[in-house]
Amino acid sequence: MSVIYILWLRQLKRYFRSKPRIIGALGQPLLFLFALGYGFGPVFQRAGEGDYLQFLVPGIIAMSVLFTSLFSGIEIIWDRQFGFLKETLVAPVSRVIIMLGRTFGGATVAVIQGIIILAISLLAGFRFSSPAALLTALLFMFLIAILFTALGTAIASVLEDMQGFQLIMNFIIMPLFFLSGALFPLDDLPAAVGVIVRLNPLSYGVDGLRGALIDQAQLGIWADFGVLTLSSLVLVVIGGYLFSKIQL
Amino acid sequence: MVINFLRLIFKAWRSLNTSTNFTSGCFLFLCDNKKDAGQSMKSIAQADDAMIRVTGLVKRYGDFLAVDNISFTVRCGEIFAFLGPNGAGKTTTIKMLTTLLKPSSGQVLLNGFDPIREQDAARRSFGIVFQESSLDNELTARENMVFHAVLYNIPKSIREKRIKMLLELVQLWDRKNEQVKKFSGGMKRRLEIARGLLHLPKIFFLDEPTLGLDPQTRNLLWEYIRELNKKERITVFFTTHIMEEAERAADRVAIIDHGKIIAQGSPQELTEQTGTASLEEAFLALTGKALREEVSGGNSRIPRGRHHR
Repeated sequence: MSVIYILWLRQLKRYFRSKPRIIGALGQPLLFLFALGYGFGPVFQRAGEGDYLQFLVPGIIAMSVLFTSLFSGIEIIWDRQFGFLKETLVAPVSRVIIMLGRTFGGATVAVIQGIIILAISLLAGFRFSSPAALLTALLFMFLIAILFTALGTAIASVLEDMQGFQLIMNFIIMPLFFLSGALFPLDDLPAAVGVIVRLNPLSYGVDGLRGALIDQAQLGIWADFGVLTLSSLVLVVIGGYLFSKIQL
Repeated sequence: MVINFLRLIFKAWRSLNTSTNFTSGCFLFLCDNKKDAGQSMKSIAQADDAMIRVTGLVKRYGDFLAVDNISFTVRCGEIFAFLGPNGAGKTTTIKMLTTLLKPSSGQVLLNGFDPIREQDAARRSFGIVFQESSLDNELTARENMVFHAVLYNIPKSIREKRIKMLLELVQLWDRKNEQVKKFSGGMKRRLEIARGLLHLPKIFFLDEPTLGLDPQTRNLLWEYIRELNKKERITVFFTTHIMEEAERAADRVAIIDHGKIIAQGSPQELTEQTGTASLEEAFLALTGKALREEVSGGNSRIPRGRHHR
C-alpha cells in the first residue's frame, strides 16, 4: 500500500511542480470549448438541439481527461529515457504494484485537469443539473482516467522511445476523441459512424458525463458505467502485464 | 580537508550501522550468505564466500551474442572491476545481474539468491548506481531518498535518521530540499550513491560511476567506496574506462571483449601476464586493435607472449 501511495504522490508532486504543463494541457480543450461552443452554438440552436455549450462541456471535460491520462501513461517512455524507470524496476516490489501506483497517480492528475475545465466552463455559463451530479461526474472522470492511463501504460511498455509519438497522437488519441460523441449527438448518425462510436469506450465516458451533468445520456448511464468499468479493468490487466514484461 | 571529510563519513557510517538494525544480517555477518547456513556438505563447499557467482552466462539477441558464456566469482568483501571496450557486454552483464534483463542461459547467484527465481531477495541484496542518472529531477534530494526507502520497505522509525546520515555522508544534507534538476553532475552522482546505500546492500554495483566527473569528485567518490568496502566489507562491482581507477581500487579485475571474458586476476597478475607496466597497457595489449586483427573473430583467449608494448 505504501508503495502505491508513494508512486501516486510522486505523480501529483510532478504535476503541481510543472505549471507550464498544467496551463499547456488546458490550452487545447479551452480552444475547442470556446471556438466550437460559440462557433457552432447558433447552428445547433437552429437545428432545435438547444444550447450547444451545455452539450459540449461534458465532451470537453472527457477530452481533457483523455489527453492528460494517456500522456501520464506514456510518461513511462520519458522515465525510461531519463533513467528513473530503472530505480523502480530494480526495487524489490512487484511490477504490478508499480503499475497500479502510477496508474492511480496519473488518473488523479487527469481528474484534477477535468475539474479545472469544469470550473472554467461554469465561469463561461455552463450549468449542471444538481449538486449530486457533481459526484457522479467525478466518478465518470475517474473511470475514464483509469482506462486511458492504463492504455497509455500499455502503449509505453511496448514502445522504446518517442518516435511513435505522432502515430499515437494521430491514430489513437484524435480518433478516440473525434469519434466519441464529444462534439455531436449520437442520434441519426450514418450507420457506420454509429457503430464505430459505440465501439469506442470514450463514448461511454462522454455519455456518462453528459448523463451526470446535464441529464442527457443517450446510451444509458448504467450501460456507460458498466462498459467503462469493464474496459478499465481489462486495460489495467493488459497494461500491468505489458509493464511487467519490460526489459531494459 | 579530505581527511576531515573522510573522518566525518566514517563517523556517520559507523553510527548508521550501530544505530540501525534493519537487514536480517547485521554488518558483522555481512558476508554470511544464506546458503552458508549449510544444508549439505556440497552446498557448503559451493557457497564458500562467493557474493556474486556467475556460471555460463549468455545473452543472445538474434544471431548476435552480446554476452558469450562468461563465468566469474566475486568474493565477499572484494572490489571487483569489470573492464572492457565500449560495446563489449559490460552493461548487458550488469543488467542481467541486477534483474533488469533475462539471460538467454546460464546461472547467476547474488548473495546466494537467483535473480530470476528469488527476485525480491536478490534485489534486496544489492544497491546500484547506473551509468546514467536514475534520479527523479523534479523531486528534491530528500524526496528521492524517501521514495527509495518506501520501495525498499525501510520502516518509518529508522528512515529519517538513516536518510539524514547518508545525505550528510555525501555532503548534501544542506541541499536536501532542492530539486535534483538544480544539482551538478557530481552532486547527482553523490546522491545516487547515498540512495544506493540506503537499504544497506551487501553488494554495490557501480556502472561507470565516475563518468563525466572532475578529478576532485572522482577521487572523493573512490575514497568513499574504498573505505566503505574496507570498514563494512560491502562487495563492490564496478565498471570504468579509466584503468588507473581500476588499478588503484580493485582487488581483482575481469576484462571482457566481444562478450567473452579474456582475462581475470589481480591488476598485478594481469600486468605480469602481459609483461606490461600498467593495467592500461595490459588492457590495450589484451583488447588492442593489432591483436584483434591477428585473432580473427576476435573472441578467443589471447595467446601469451603475443602482445605489443
